[in-house]
Amino acid sequence: MYTFSSRLKTFAFVLMVLGILGIGYSFFTAPKTIEDVEKIVAEEQAHGHHGDAHAAPAHDAHGSAKEEHNAEAHAAPAEKPADTAHAVAVDSAHKTTDSVHAEAVVAAGHEGHDHDAHEGHEAHAEAAHGHDDAHAAHDEHHKHMEHMLHQLQNKPWSAVYVAALFCMLISLGALAFYAIQNAASAGWSPVLFRVMEAISAYLVPGAIIVYVLLVLGALDMHHIFIWMDEKVVAHDHLIQAKSGYLNKTFFLIRAALFMGGWILYRQYARKNSLAQDESNDNSYYKKNFKASAGFLVFFIVTESIMSWDWIMSVDPHWYSTLFGWYVFASFFVSGITTIAMITLYLKSKGYLEYVNTSHIHDLAKFMFGISVFWTYLWFSQFMLIWYADIPEEVTYFKTRIEDYNLPFFGMVAMNFVFPVLILINTDFKRLSWIVVTAGTVILAGHYIDFFNMIMPATVGNQWFIGAGEIGAILFFMGLFIFVVFTALTKAPLLAKRNPLIEESKHFHY
Amino acid sequence: MSNKVIHVLYNDDDILMDAVKKTRAAHHHIEEIYTPFPVHGLDKAMGLAPTRLAICAFLYGLVGLSVATSMMWFIMIQDWPQDIGGKPSFSYIQNMPAFVPVMFEMTVFFAAHLMVITFYMRSKLWPFKDAENPDVRTTDDHFLMEVAVHGDVDQMVSFFEGTHAVEVKVIEKH
Repeated sequence: MYTFSSRLKTFAFVLMVLGILGIGYSFFTAPKTIEDVEKIVAEEQAHGHHGDAHAAPAHDAHGSAKEEHNAEAHAAPAEKPADTAHAVAVDSAHKTTDSVHAEAVVAAGHEGHDHDAHEGHEAHAEAAHGHDDAHAAHDEHHKHMEHMLHQLQNKPWSAVYVAALFCMLISLGALAFYAIQNAASAGWSPVLFRVMEAISAYLVPGAIIVYVLLVLGALDMHHIFIWMDEKVVAHDHLIQAKSGYLNKTFFLIRAALFMGGWILYRQYARKNSLAQDESNDNSYYKKNFKASAGFLVFFIVTESIMSWDWIMSVDPHWYSTLFGWYVFASFFVSGITTIAMITLYLKSKGYLEYVNTSHIHDLAKFMFGISVFWTYLWFSQFMLIWYADIPEEVTYFKTRIEDYNLPFFGMVAMNFVFPVLILINTDFKRLSWIVVTAGTVILAGHYIDFFNMIMPATVGNQWFIGAGEIGAILFFMGLFIFVVFTALTKAPLLAKRNPLIEESKHFHY
Repeated sequence: MSNKVIHVLYNDDDILMDAVKKTRAAHHHIEEIYTPFPVHGLDKAMGLAPTRLAICAFLYGLVGLSVATSMMWFIMIQDWPQDIGGKPSFSYIQNMPAFVPVMFEMTVFFAAHLMVITFYMRSKLWPFKDAENPDVRTTDDHFLMEVAVHGDVDQMVSFFEGTHAVEVKVIEKH
């Protein structure tokens, strides 16, 4: 039997407390009104730096609107006669506006100031038509501030949502792996079954937390899911057309059904696995075999729908057909990595007598293989959309490449290049520290993957990995450790009467 | 005297493995073992050095990747950067997603084929090569261990007869 070391327990609690502090801080400092946003923008400008490339395009557009018109008044007659065709005038106006922008930027002392395409477009259109409408500019500014307010208010919620979803899906990934090992009658893995079962124990609290977050969205407590906002839907024909699927009631029923199904299988399989230890025949093993096969069918259907519901629907104007597989690969490899890391921890503490380097080697091969599989899906999705460049699809990647450049491409390095180069070597796959290093990078990389899936739609270019994001990770990591290691203490770490346990004990590769 | 070898035949791979361990313990030098199928763990029991073919394959893969990259960079970006359907051919990185399928396939192609050719060369296999099996039964159901003779031949023969061999022969090698 495993005893939860008090140091690890303290560590888990410290993580949770730090996490709550971080989350609380980010909620506390999130702006409440438009005035707060304007204060933040003003402060950033006073300090002469931007939180990111965005900061205050509306301000600039607003402030420089008069300059633009003045410049146009000077430049347009000098370049073109007054009776030039409209198209030409628009063209030249574009050029002038650009140059004025550049000058304004230099004058204001902003380095690398990169204005929002949208705002720039508005300014161009305005300049081209030659309207000197201060009211329009002011409205535009107000709308922009409101947009920014929503993004900043979403930030702490999204941080919690990403971390909660990621940790729950790790546990689901481990459960799917467990089901596959059962259904495939794998001979190598039964010595690891109790570890997998313990990791899947987090599914119960994890799913409840995610469900609560979804319900809070339906109650308009947060705006992660924009299609839940009736005011938005009222003006949005695309979402209206999807409302047969994307409506709160059906959404919550689906979520409850999926989570219920997963938890049901998890509890049933765990119960049978423990009962098999005390049994005289293999009936419980056979029950688990059948349940696992059934679960895998249920899982792949619900997993796909889950990915549309909880992840893709944050971008309700966008869709991708291989998205379900992509999300699956991401949390499946994270689940396997977690199994490997917890196995190594328990092994290092001397609890897993029969686990040898060949078991670790097999887990590392799965980490390697599924990392490549994830990359394959990531690239397939990206490349198909990039290649065809259909405007309604490509915006998804455009925002990510423009606003999330480092996280977007950084995760490819973390989830593909690093594990592939380090785990390709057979000898390396047997070294604990290599597997732990690769595992850490893979887990961090896939957190960023989920970050990239959710954040661009909810906080846009206001993203930052700060107190809220790190706090949320720490909190859920602490909770995960606490739940998983508590579950480990509940049963012996070696499944006694599993028909394949002898083979697994002597597994070598 | 020095070009004499002993051919010891077995009809079971487990017995062969035991015999290999005993032979190694008795410090007889195993020249070669002929088996009809791969015997798991035989190389370890014989103390053979691990293969380096995988390292070769990795390096060949890198060569393939370089060939693909430099080829497409030269053709598509450097030599004639045409606008084909609006694809940005200003620099390699801008149009890279379109090149990845070729880069991937070329990496696999080079890694696979060059490794196979390396394997053929290192194991001296080619068409019309004369077969080297010393006993035709080794391709069907017998295992043959060839041991270099040193010291007392009769003593060695009796040693190998004690390892459950089905046949022990002393052969003069040319």
